[in-house]
Amino acid sequence: MALLEIRNVTRRFGALTAVDEVNIAIEAGEFFTLLGPSGCGKTTLLRMIAGFDLPDAGAILLDGRDMAGTPPEKRPIHTVFQSYALFPHMTVSQNIAFPLRMAGKTTDEIRAKVKEALQLVHLEEKGAQYPHELSGGQKQRVALARSLVNRPRVLLLDEPLGALDAKLREEMQIELIALQRDVGITFVFVTHAQSEALALSHRIAVMNAGRVEQLDEPSKIYGLPVNRFVADFIGKCNILNADVIDASPSGLKLEVKGLGGVAAPAREGARRGERGVLALRPEQVRIGAPDSHHDLKNHFTGRVHDLLYIGDITTYIVELPNGTRIEALLPNSAPGRATFFEIGDAVRIAWRHDAGNFLRDE
Amino acid sequence: MIKPRAETVTRWLVSGPPFAFLFVFFALPSLIMVVASFRYPGEFGGLAPFVAARPGEEAGLTPENYQVFFGEWIYFQILAKSFGVALLTTLVCLVMAYPLALLIARSPKRHRDFMILLVVLPFASNFLVRVYAWMIVLGDQSIFLRPVNYVLAQFGLQPLSLLFTGFAVIVGMVYVHLPFMILPLYTNLEKHDPALLDAAQDLGANTWSRFWRVTFPLSLPGIFSGAALVFIPVLGMFAIPEILGGKDDWMVGNMIKEAFLGTRDWPFGSMLSIMLTLAVLGVAALAAWLAKKGTARA
Repeated sequence: MALLEIRNVTRRFGALTAVDEVNIAIEAGEFFTLLGPSGCGKTTLLRMIAGFDLPDAGAILLDGRDMAGTPPEKRPIHTVFQSYALFPHMTVSQNIAFPLRMAGKTTDEIRAKVKEALQLVHLEEKGAQYPHELSGGQKQRVALARSLVNRPRVLLLDEPLGALDAKLREEMQIELIALQRDVGITFVFVTHAQSEALALSHRIAVMNAGRVEQLDEPSKIYGLPVNRFVADFIGKCNILNADVIDASPSGLKLEVKGLGGVAAPAREGARRGERGVLALRPEQVRIGAPDSHHDLKNHFTGRVHDLLYIGDITTYIVELPNGTRIEALLPNSAPGRATFFEIGDAVRIAWRHDAGNFLRDE
Repeated sequence: MIKPRAETVTRWLVSGPPFAFLFVFFALPSLIMVVASFRYPGEFGGLAPFVAARPGEEAGLTPENYQVFFGEWIYFQILAKSFGVALLTTLVCLVMAYPLALLIARSPKRHRDFMILLVVLPFASNFLVRVYAWMIVLGDQSIFLRPVNYVLAQFGLQPLSLLFTGFAVIVGMVYVHLPFMILPLYTNLEKHDPALLDAAQDLGANTWSRFWRVTFPLSLPGIFSGAALVFIPVLGMFAIPEILGGKDDWMVGNMIKEAFLGTRDWPFGSMLSIMLTLAVLGVAALAAWLAKKGTARA
C-alpha cells in the first residue's frame, strides 16, 4: 500500500478547475516531485495534502486513512514554505523547538532533538541567532530542520529553492538529496524548474492545467515524453509536424513536412495515416560538414542561422532550405573538434533512426 | 565625506521652521513654566515681581511649591490615582481594541479602509459634544438605565446611578481614546506575514497557540505604541473627569486647571504641570525602551 494516496482529487475555484481528477500514489521513502508551469495546480494539490485546503471531490489518504477530517495541525505532514516562514521573534533553536513544544515534549528531549537537528543541517553554531541574521541558504536549512525535527511521515516542499541564487541552489539540491537519504522521510517536492525535478526526484508527476500529464522516473520523462506538452516543458525540444507513412514493430516511417522521409523509433499504437509531431532533443541532432554523417539514416543539409556559445557546449540553430529550423548541440570537447561553424556556413545535420519520439495529436 | 553645501542648506530649510516653531512655542514656554514654578503668586493672580517693591513682600524664587507637593499626601494620591485611571483605561482599551484590530487586519483588503474609516469617524464631531452625549447615555433618565432601575425597584433595591462616578470617567476615557489603540495595533497586525500562521499550524499549533506564540509576541511593538498614545493623554486629561466624574474623581489635570483658573495660583499650577510632565516623560521613556526591546527581534 502506498504511504500517501491522492485518489481522484478535484478542486475548483469558481469556474476554474485547479486540480482535475488527479490520481497519485506515493511510496514510503520516495522523493516525489510535482512539476509544472505556474497555475498548473501543483501548489493547490500541495495545500490539500497539508490540509490547508480540502478537495471538492476525491480523497487524500495517508496510510490508507482518509485525511478529510484532520486539520493541518493534526496531520503528521510538515511543509517547508517558499518564503521559509521562520518566526522572526524566535531564535533558530526556538524555531526548531516549536513543533516539539507543540507536541508537548519534555525540555530535555527538546534540547537533545534541537541539537541533533542543527547538526543535521550543519548549523551547530547558529542556534542562538535570529532569522534576520542568517543568509538565504541558512534560513532554508533552518526551515528544513524545523520541519524535520519531529519526524513527519511526509515532508512537503513548496518551491523551497526558488529564492536562492543559481550556485547556492545547486549546492542545496545536493544537500537535499543527501538529507532525504539520511532521514528516510518521504519528500513531496513542488517546482516549476524542470532541471531541479530531474536532478532530485525518484519519480516526477508532470502537471498541466490541473491534470497529471505523465508520471514516471526522470529518465523516462525526459527520454520518452508521452505528449507534446511534456516534451516541450522538459528540456529543449525540436518539434516537427509529421505524418505516419508506415508503421512496423522495428520502426516508423514518417513524412515530415518540408524534410521528407524520416525514420523514427517504433511507437506502440502508432498507425499509418496518423498525424502528430516528431520530438527531437537538440543533443540527439549531430552537426557536421556538408559531406559528413553519411552513416546516419536521417540527414539533411542546411545553413547555420544562429549559434550560442555557452562554454561546455555550442547550440546551433540550423535553417533547412524550406525554412524549418532545427536546434543541435555540439559539445566543445567533442573528439576531432577543430572548427566552429559560423553563421551562414553550409552544414549537415543528422540523427539516428532510433532518436526522437513520435507523438500523436490528441 | 563632506556634505555638499546645497544639501546642508536644503536640510536647514526643511527642518528649520518646525525647529523654530517648537523652540518658540514649546521649549521657551516650558522654561518659563519651570521658572514660574519657583516664584510666588501675585496678589490677584499671575506672578509676584522678582524684586520686592515694599519690604516684607514675597518676591524672588522659592522652593515652597515643591515643599507643599512633597509635604502632603493628597497630591501624591491624586497623581497616583491619575496613573491608576490611565492604566485602567489603557488596559480596557487594549482588551477592546485587540480583537477589533485583528478582525480588520484579517478582513479582505477592500473592506479594511472602510472599517478604519468607521474607527476614526467619531473624530469628525467635537470632542466635548461627544463627552456630553455620554451624560445623556449614562444619566438617570437614560433609556438604558431606566429599565434596569425599574427592575431593581421591583426587588426593593436602590436605583443605580452611573453619572458622576469613577465608572463614568473610565467609560468616557475609553470611548475617547479607543481609536488611538486600534490604529497602531491594526498597522502592526496588518503587516504580519500570513505564512507564519500557516507554518505554525502546519507544525502542530492550534488556534490558541498560534495566537499566543506567534501573533501576540509579534504585535508587542503595536501594543506599546498604542498604550503610549492612550496612557499619556489620559494622564493629563481634565475635561472628562470634570464632565462625567464627581468631586472624588479629580485627576491631576483638574488640579492644574483649578490652580490656574480657579485659585489663580500660577506658580503652584506650574509646579503640578512640571511634576506631571516628568511623570509622563518617565512613562514614555519606559515605553520606548520596551518597544525597542520588542522590535529588536522582529
